[in-house]
Amino acid sequence: MGNKQTIFTPEQLDAYQDCTFFTRKEILRLFYRYRDLAPQLVPLDYTSKPNVTLPYELIGSMPELKDNPFRQRIAEVFSESGDGNMTLDDFLDMFSVLSEMAPRDLKAYYAFKIYDFNNDDYICKSDLEKTVNKLTRNELTPEEVSLACEKVIYEADLDNDGKLSLEDFQHMIIRAPDFLSTFHIRI
Amino acid sequence: MGECGLSTAGRTTRPRAVPELHVPHSRVGVSALCPCSQEPSPDNEGALHSSFCQLIEEQSSLVAGPSALLPSLDPIASTGLEPEQGEQHPGYATTLRILANMPSRTIGRSRGAIISQYYNRTARLRRRSSRPSLQQLNRTARPSLRQFDLESDPAHATLADKQSLLAKELLSLPPAQRSQVLMEVPLSLEEKRSLRMPSLCPHPPQGCRTLWYRFLALVHAAQPWHYALKQISGRFGSSVLSYFLFLKTLLLFNIISFLLLLVFVVALQAAYPPAVASPPPFTGLELLTGVGSFTHSLLYYGYYSNTTLNDPSASSPSGSTSPSRATQLPYNMPLAYMFTIGASFFATCILLMYSMYHSFLKSYRVGSSTGVLAIKIFSAWDFKVVQRHSVKLQSENICTQLKELLAEQRLRSCPLSLPQRLRHITVLLLAWLLALGTVLGCVVAVYYFSEHMHTVSTQEGVLLALPLIVSLLNTLMPHFYNLLAAWEKQDSPAAEVYVAILVLGLLCYQWLSRRLICSCWETCVGQDLYRFVVMDFIFTLLDTGFGELLWRLILEKKLKSKRRPEFDIAQNVLELIYGQTLTWLGVLFAPLLPAVQVLKLLLLFYIKKTSLMQNCQSPSKPWQASHMSTVFITLLFFPSFLGAAIFVSYTIWWEKPSETCGPFRGLQTIYQTPKVWVELLEESNPNIAWFSWIPQYLVENTVFLFFLSGIVLAVIYFNIQVLRGQRRIICLLEEQIANEGEDKKFLIQKIHSIYDRKVPRGKCWGSAGMESHCAPLLRAGAGGWE
Repeated sequence: MGNKQTIFTPEQLDAYQDCTFFTRKEILRLFYRYRDLAPQLVPLDYTSKPNVTLPYELIGSMPELKDNPFRQRIAEVFSESGDGNMTLDDFLDMFSVLSEMAPRDLKAYYAFKIYDFNNDDYICKSDLEKTVNKLTRNELTPEEVSLACEKVIYEADLDNDGKLSLEDFQHMIIRAPDFLSTFHIRI
Repeated sequence: MGECGLSTAGRTTRPRAVPELHVPHSRVGVSALCPCSQEPSPDNEGALHSSFCQLIEEQSSLVAGPSALLPSLDPIASTGLEPEQGEQHPGYATTLRILANMPSRTIGRSRGAIISQYYNRTARLRRRSSRPSLQQLNRTARPSLRQFDLESDPAHATLADKQSLLAKELLSLPPAQRSQVLMEVPLSLEEKRSLRMPSLCPHPPQGCRTLWYRFLALVHAAQPWHYALKQISGRFGSSVLSYFLFLKTLLLFNIISFLLLLVFVVALQAAYPPAVASPPPFTGLELLTGVGSFTHSLLYYGYYSNTTLNDPSASSPSGSTSPSRATQLPYNMPLAYMFTIGASFFATCILLMYSMYHSFLKSYRVGSSTGVLAIKIFSAWDFKVVQRHSVKLQSENICTQLKELLAEQRLRSCPLSLPQRLRHITVLLLAWLLALGTVLGCVVAVYYFSEHMHTVSTQEGVLLALPLIVSLLNTLMPHFYNLLAAWEKQDSPAAEVYVAILVLGLLCYQWLSRRLICSCWETCVGQDLYRFVVMDFIFTLLDTGFGELLWRLILEKKLKSKRRPEFDIAQNVLELIYGQTLTWLGVLFAPLLPAVQVLKLLLLFYIKKTSLMQNCQSPSKPWQASHMSTVFITLLFFPSFLGAAIFVSYTIWWEKPSETCGPFRGLQTIYQTPKVWVELLEESNPNIAWFSWIPQYLVENTVFLFFLSGIVLAVIYFNIQVLRGQRRIICLLEEQIANEGEDKKFLIQKIHSIYDRKVPRGKCWGSAGMESHCAPLLRAGAGGWE
């Protein structure tokens, strides 16, 4: 494999390889996916570190995300500004965390942020209700949703403050072996 | 105690350690606390009170509007604090905000907290201790604050300091670990790059890293079917994907076996073919039956010679060796055959155990198994599913499962009455008896049929009858068991594998007892196994065709229903396990059988994928993908691989090889081969007589084997005890966390009760009121300093 690509400098590629779970080939493939979303905005030369941000609408239209009920939260969590508009770094970070090789703790950390709709570092009852409604597309009755949320808090809340903190969430995820295989997007 | 909580918000005064005010052990209930003995002295109380008072003032001036109460007031009120205190106390909101700034709460949000957490982890990594050393655990099992040196504690440094500290720690790690830590830190890519920068300066071993990355890239590029798997998971989810991943794993095992055998046995024998009579012409039937022109070919054991290939001592007596042959390396074929088979089994064993280890690591649950609803809600959504229709189906499935779970929890409160329980037990018992009966029935039927087959004259087509019957049974039994499972409302896919394994066990016994009939019995057994493998493939195709294609057509055209058949994951995986067992059984007798299996698996992948895409719908039952993957790989190891290994070992150690064919003719057992070789070595070179010591005293010596087994058992026992200890520690830690919550509530209550006594209710909680009331206290408190 020769250094035929001119998009990144070798140091940039090494940095990406060190900081994400992707190999060189996958990083280039992801770059091309990013560029395909808006070829006129994204330059082919990233050696000068251009400051290019793609709006949320383009990210949310990717086939991997467009039918995911949590796509808006995913984009908000991984974007630097918190509004869903992503740079290439955010894009790579997102797919790196959602890849197969990411460890459980890292995924649990970001999953917690995704399910925390009001960004108050706790998953409170309203966050849970929104999650359940998104999961079931509002098919459950409000009483069932409320009952489910209360049961979840009862089961997972360890320090009895009525909401789930990151530690409660991580403690529960350790007991969910399927989490690693479901919190995974193939790109 | 207040020091820890106050430290993160910039405090202006730093009271000296307050020895008398210590947190009472949380096991003591709040009400049991005797105020007179535990109450701090007025001086110290004042110090605490004034510093907290100042802190609240600072916080409330920083945050807009101290009168705005946090919306999360309700949960705190519901967790045990007295309602009138919670609702009416005006300083409550700011107390909550301060609590929200505590280090344990800011890990989710503050980068500083993340960095200090990872600093601690990295420092521990550098010291290479993953568990806390025993000296650190006090008897109270609760870390005392006095252990922490607050001055040099990195948690209290500024953000830039923390970053530089972490970068320095990273520098001291070896590059692989550094990379691992960097990848796992939950910071953005920019920050990771800035942490990485200082560690770039000394980079002489850069060449190694780039080589390693290139190797990784090659390995990843060699991953076939990336897009096919993505398509499958996009439409059907992780559960169906697990079947295809299992197929890929099996393909890997077979390719490794095949390569080993190809390089060391098959290729060399092909280069030096033995003199055989001209083979009969090739008819198409050989592909199915394996006899005829295939009998004396590389496919079977009988073809391989028992001499040393390319032996220089066997060259022509005229002595004129052609000068173009520079080196003549003699190759001992029997030894190579035996050792290569052994090596391929050993390699497969190691790979299987490694896969099992990885599976268990991902899916093993330590601790209790409660919290089903929470786990369902947070890990049920499969992010891999991308097709719109499948996403809709997934939502419906999750909805149904949640409803079921909620209903189940309601039902659990009313247990079954006696007649219902009796009925349940009888159903279970009947189902069990039925299953057991059918298994025994199948085994007996196969036994009598095979006995009958051997007495009938062997025309070529008739040879296929036995494999046909066995494959038919293997295909029909799982459908029967599915019906049983639907009736008794439980499924255990492992039941189906017992039929297959028992039938195979019976057949093994038959093959070994058949030696007297066939002249070259190993080739006969090899041919039998070849026929079984081919029949298994044909029946899998038929099952796919009838089970999926035909069923879909019937549903669409005749019954006019929108439903499509579902992909039965368990049955398909068990068919794969059965086919693989056949291959492992047959490797000794037909060295090219792994190649046949590789071809079969490749074809199967494409056929199954096409049928899946055309005919099936996404699964509607919940399927725990990781748990079932672990079950399958364990089934592959435990009855399947171990059974084949035992059969092959038995054949090598005890069975007399046939006299007329194969690489071991003339020997008493196959195991004699290395002994003969060692004796030859000893004769030629008496210096290495010690080499014969190894098999005699190590392998054949029972004492040594007992000793080895004893060590293995001791290691297993030790690990079990460690695991038990860890479970107990988890329980203790969970209790501690709950107690910490109680502690916080106690502190809040205490502080508010102190306020209520000092600052009478009804006075306004503005900064003016604060100054007028706090000033005398400040003075009193200041008096307490010096």
